[in-house]
Amino acid sequence: MQRIGVFVCWCGSNIAGTVDVVAVAEALKSEPGVVFSANYQYMCSQAGQDLIKDAIKEHNLTGIVVCSCSPRMHEATFRKTAAAAGLNPYMVEIANIREQCSWVHKDMPVGTEKAIILGKAAVAKVNLNTPLVPGESPVTKRALVIGGGIAGIQTALDIADAGFEVDIVEKQPTIGGKMAQLDKTFPTLDCAACILTPKMVDVGQHEKIRIFSYSEVEAVKGFVGNFDVTIKKKARYVKEELCTGCGDCVSKCPMKKVPNEFNLGMDNRKAIYIPFAQAVPKVATIDADYCNMLKNGKCGVCAKFCQAGAIDYTQKDELIEEKYGAIVVATGYNPISMDKFDEFAYNQSKDVITSLEFERLTNAAGPTAGKLLRPSDGKHPEKIVFVQCVGSRCDACNEKGKEYCSKICCMYTAKHAMLTRDKYPDTDVTVFYIDVRTPGKNFDEFYRRAVEEFGVHYIKGMVGKVSPEGDKLIVQASDIIANKQIKIDADLVVLAAAIEPDKSARPLATMLTASMDTNDFFTEAHPKLRPVESPTAGVFLSGACQGPKDIPETVSQAGAAASKVIGLLAKDKLTGNPCVAHSNEMMCNGCSSCERVCPYGAITYEDKEFRMPDRTTLVRRIAVVNPAVCQGCGCCTVACPSGAMDLKGFANNQIIAEVDAICK
Amino acid sequence: MQVKEYKPLIVAFCCNWCSYAGADLAGNNRLNYPAEVKIIRVPCSCRVNPMFVLRAFQRGADGVILCGCHPGDCHYTSGNYYTRRRMAMLFSMLDYLGIERERTRVEWVSAAEGAKFAATMNDFAEKVAALGENKRLEDLRCKK
Repeated sequence: MQRIGVFVCWCGSNIAGTVDVVAVAEALKSEPGVVFSANYQYMCSQAGQDLIKDAIKEHNLTGIVVCSCSPRMHEATFRKTAAAAGLNPYMVEIANIREQCSWVHKDMPVGTEKAIILGKAAVAKVNLNTPLVPGESPVTKRALVIGGGIAGIQTALDIADAGFEVDIVEKQPTIGGKMAQLDKTFPTLDCAACILTPKMVDVGQHEKIRIFSYSEVEAVKGFVGNFDVTIKKKARYVKEELCTGCGDCVSKCPMKKVPNEFNLGMDNRKAIYIPFAQAVPKVATIDADYCNMLKNGKCGVCAKFCQAGAIDYTQKDELIEEKYGAIVVATGYNPISMDKFDEFAYNQSKDVITSLEFERLTNAAGPTAGKLLRPSDGKHPEKIVFVQCVGSRCDACNEKGKEYCSKICCMYTAKHAMLTRDKYPDTDVTVFYIDVRTPGKNFDEFYRRAVEEFGVHYIKGMVGKVSPEGDKLIVQASDIIANKQIKIDADLVVLAAAIEPDKSARPLATMLTASMDTNDFFTEAHPKLRPVESPTAGVFLSGACQGPKDIPETVSQAGAAASKVIGLLAKDKLTGNPCVAHSNEMMCNGCSSCERVCPYGAITYEDKEFRMPDRTTLVRRIAVVNPAVCQGCGCCTVACPSGAMDLKGFANNQIIAEVDAICK
Repeated sequence: MQVKEYKPLIVAFCCNWCSYAGADLAGNNRLNYPAEVKIIRVPCSCRVNPMFVLRAFQRGADGVILCGCHPGDCHYTSGNYYTRRRMAMLFSMLDYLGIERERTRVEWVSAAEGAKFAATMNDFAEKVAALGENKRLEDLRCKK
């Protein structure tokens, strides 16, 4: 039998104004197990807590009920109080007689009656409480960052600078991501390469950072502090440790007609290639789909010319097993495919391009060496039309596009328009928009400069059709403000394509049991208060994998994710939530019902030997809950057909006792 | 003889992360709802075993309501989807047993929806009160 103390708080007049606290304390005195009952103005105050501590010691209490405000407010406080007096903190129950009683009822007798019932339910529950001890698990002091764009780079640098080891897994041959493809960045017009490449070099040279380039995450097992990750290092047919990045192999490779993905297929590269001059690691990669030696066994030129002897045509994919304490997802974004948008003639005309292609066209390292030339005939375009919101902010039933705003398009379109007018003042630049959204530091000023200083024509209205006619493009659009249909001709049409999460994100989310929204963006643990944590413990989010983001936002989120990772890795041991599921092995029949509903993969099965009365042994399959992974939702307890699964702290008998107390 | 005014007894299971917080917000905003509504805190709406609902009716509850996070917002990713399916089954069976549909409900209330919580409880209590006492599953042995 428990020895329970009941402590009724007045909360000044917040509770005492509607609830007769003395009557409540008196009524609960006669409940089973209650040996002590008191009331006080402010239980959460030092004096109130001392009252509880003294009572625990004096009356040898084994459990306490505090009738006060919401447990969401002060449960932790009173648990600490109990612990300070030597009582297990999980022997504390709160009856919420403020938020859910005194504040919502006006009548004193009604409020008092309800408070007594809520108190009785809490007493009934605490009678069945058992002391709980949180489990501990060790922490592997190393982090994994998946994705080597600016988000991954910044996160890795911040974690490594704090003294922890970081591995970056990047599926491309180099880190750098989308930012490496950009020309200038808004709103300051810094050159993207100038601010990114020093960071890439820092990552490459950092003694705490390892880069697995041209690699992918193959499998993830384990839980917070103890992830086991399998990384597939794809064969690049070049020994990384020997390659000096001199580029001799690239210049000698006879296979010249490979679409260059770094320039979005607007020019060609060789079958052996280094994506761009500042690549990190600066190591050549052979594209097996195009290499004659790998396809037909004829060629071998690169091996002949490589003075370092780094070429290895026999290289195979390699699987690497590593342990990590935390995982940061930084898989980033991609512009959506324009294939479904026939109205913009993207596939009919070479002169209809996406904004990222425009970015490459204006980049000094791009296919035109930074000169803005039409892809079709290499002429300088005199009239350029920018179309915003292509595939963004679409109707929910329109399957072509996305419902959300891609957030970065307004600003980069203003940047493109401004830079075009700056470099080529004779060019006529028109932007079609639905709304111009520029909520960021110095963003609106930037957009207004495009309009006022650089004379970019902004027309509110959507483009309905782009049709190639001769060497021109005819743009049909509506002008909502003038309330008319307009038709203008253009030499180049630039589509601000919506952005979507990288395709690798969905399978990765499944591996990590991290949740995603309907658009395949990773969900954060709390949209406001925990924006860089995934609901899955130990998994953190950085950059556009969580939602569309510009560079400043990505970098700040990357730093935030890093600080959360550092906070986790700085601990030697993790204390878990003790309110986790556990299976009664005598009742469990190993049916897997619980495993199927568990969102965290916390339940596994093992064969256990049971000693039978006749001294034989019987091997049975039983469910085992990993308390470090279990988050305590209790879904499995309901799925369990034999009633073997129960949840500590919210046990079946405890909830039933509460129901009984309320329905008495 | 004086007839005591009939007040329904309503058990509300609220998930810790959304609906219980929503109920707290209703309190913070001093939004009234009937005192007959008694809240039991569970970690997730999927923790509510159909057994608990049956137990409540057996012990004389007139209505049982489950509140959880909105679909897609579950703190535990998918718990409320299980709740939705399990309770659809249970409520349909209860309906067959004569426990009217209006006596049972699953409602999504977020932590930000204090007003919705109060409105839901007012509406639910009103509907249950209109049906009168629930005797179908009540076990008289439980009443001394």
